[in-house]
Amino acid sequence: MRLTDEEEAMRAGNLGPALRWAIEHQTCVGRYFGARDFVQVSQAHLMADTESLGVAGVEWLEHMANLPPEHRRVRIPTITDPRGTDFAAAHRLKHEPWMLDLERRAIVAFEALGVVMTDTCINYQTIMPPVRGEHVAYGDTGVVIYSNSVCGARSNFEGGPSALSAGLTGRTPRYGYHLDERRRATLVVNVAWTPREFNEWGALGGIVGRLAGDYWQVPVVVGIDRVPGSDEMKHFGAALASYGSVALFHMAGITPEAQRPDDVVDPGTGTPTFQVGEADICAFQRSYTQAVEKVDVVVFSAPQLSLIEMRLVADLLDGRHATIPLLVVTSPQVKPDADRMGFTARIEAAGGMVLSGMCFYQSYAREMAEANGWKRLATNSAKLTNIIGGYGYTPALLSMEACIEAACADGRITP
Amino acid sequence: MSNRIFYATAGLGAKRRGHALVAKDGFSARYDLDRVRGIFSRPGHKLAGESYIGRVLVLDAAKGGVATAWMLHEMKARGVVPEALVLNAVNPIMVQGAALADFTMISGFDCDITAAIPNGAFVEVDPTCERPFIRIV
Repeated sequence: MRLTDEEEAMRAGNLGPALRWAIEHQTCVGRYFGARDFVQVSQAHLMADTESLGVAGVEWLEHMANLPPEHRRVRIPTITDPRGTDFAAAHRLKHEPWMLDLERRAIVAFEALGVVMTDTCINYQTIMPPVRGEHVAYGDTGVVIYSNSVCGARSNFEGGPSALSAGLTGRTPRYGYHLDERRRATLVVNVAWTPREFNEWGALGGIVGRLAGDYWQVPVVVGIDRVPGSDEMKHFGAALASYGSVALFHMAGITPEAQRPDDVVDPGTGTPTFQVGEADICAFQRSYTQAVEKVDVVVFSAPQLSLIEMRLVADLLDGRHATIPLLVVTSPQVKPDADRMGFTARIEAAGGMVLSGMCFYQSYAREMAEANGWKRLATNSAKLTNIIGGYGYTPALLSMEACIEAACADGRITP
Repeated sequence: MSNRIFYATAGLGAKRRGHALVAKDGFSARYDLDRVRGIFSRPGHKLAGESYIGRVLVLDAAKGGVATAWMLHEMKARGVVPEALVLNAVNPIMVQGAALADFTMISGFDCDITAAIPNGAFVEVDPTCERPFIRIV
């Protein structure tokens, strides 16, 4: 890779060991993907829950945090993905003291590095959405795909170590979705039916993700007959990124780089084309529901809920009472507004539990299952259904309304 | 079959040898593994229930989210870790994770590597050469 004088100085250790590690890490990754040089980035978003970090990762962070202040601070705004617990509710989730200790240690280390603890995976709705063409280093697949596709920003999936590196160096290797040529569509998905509910948007995302198959595929979705809202795009993108490891999609006539399909499809290249209809979306959902008649817990999470979703949950719970655990997970930015507007109180009065700054699957989901006796889980998040099976749960993908019905009927799912 | 060699487009880490665990399926440390027990845990994964400890995993494509970037490091620290990872297609997360953990990984072949390597074969993975490769020994 071609390095500037400043990057050479970082690599030589002239700017301290943290920057030397960071630029070497980034150079290693960049070489793997054939990057010619680095691109300046304006923001970084860092995924580092302690279930992923483990003790080894926390100790690694603490080593960085113990460097002299002038050598360890990030140089661009660097924010965090959800943490592994909500300290205010940890006892209700039966999180163990060692989990909380590990989280506290990680937070202390991040703060020493100058990281801003936003603890959110919906920063594009609440913190500082990137603008079209802005190069960023984001580290949550849902954040990356929304920012790339809906906002027109430019990011690869940046895992915790790479996002932290980008925060320290202010740059990232120029490959993948930082390049114009990588942003062209590689498959066309003609959709004959526009989803209505969030779970249906997620199901469509899951189907397109399976068709795409890997990180380097860029689907363009054609045929959506109205402009989806931000929460609908959020569920679609999160599921697409989860099922397909996809980082960028286009939606013809809707997303900024694809006002027409021809804007992103190279003519005469025989781009693979697929058809998806209502029956496919129903079948996708049935595949997660037919084996489950009753659930132990209902979870709204992954991604964290917007203020508007919080209101929807509160409205659906009015006059009802949850008889099984009902977890409603939002961001630390949304939570105060939900409190102020009474949504939190309405949800909790109906037996729900509002959680902030965490995400269900990033919060020791296996240990929570064992401690609470949770095996079967209902959610309206297709992303969560894709992930949570590996943690020992059997998930059911339902609408938000059907999830609330199940929560208020001892977990029974209405056919 | 022995001594057949398959070249990859890129690689990281040190030379490794071990028995191959092969499937035409994806890989994500978060989605697919019980990292405490060292087994594939996602129902529906073609290796569900299989131990990955000390095996050379030969799989199709990197899947899932960003957690693997930390998790390979954590798995290696505890010694509950595959010997190496061989993939048809990687995403940045796998490379970032392998770079942090100094973990052996190669990817990108001119054939489907999951069809080329028999399950259980004893293989050598060498990412240190100019042309990284996996070889049946």
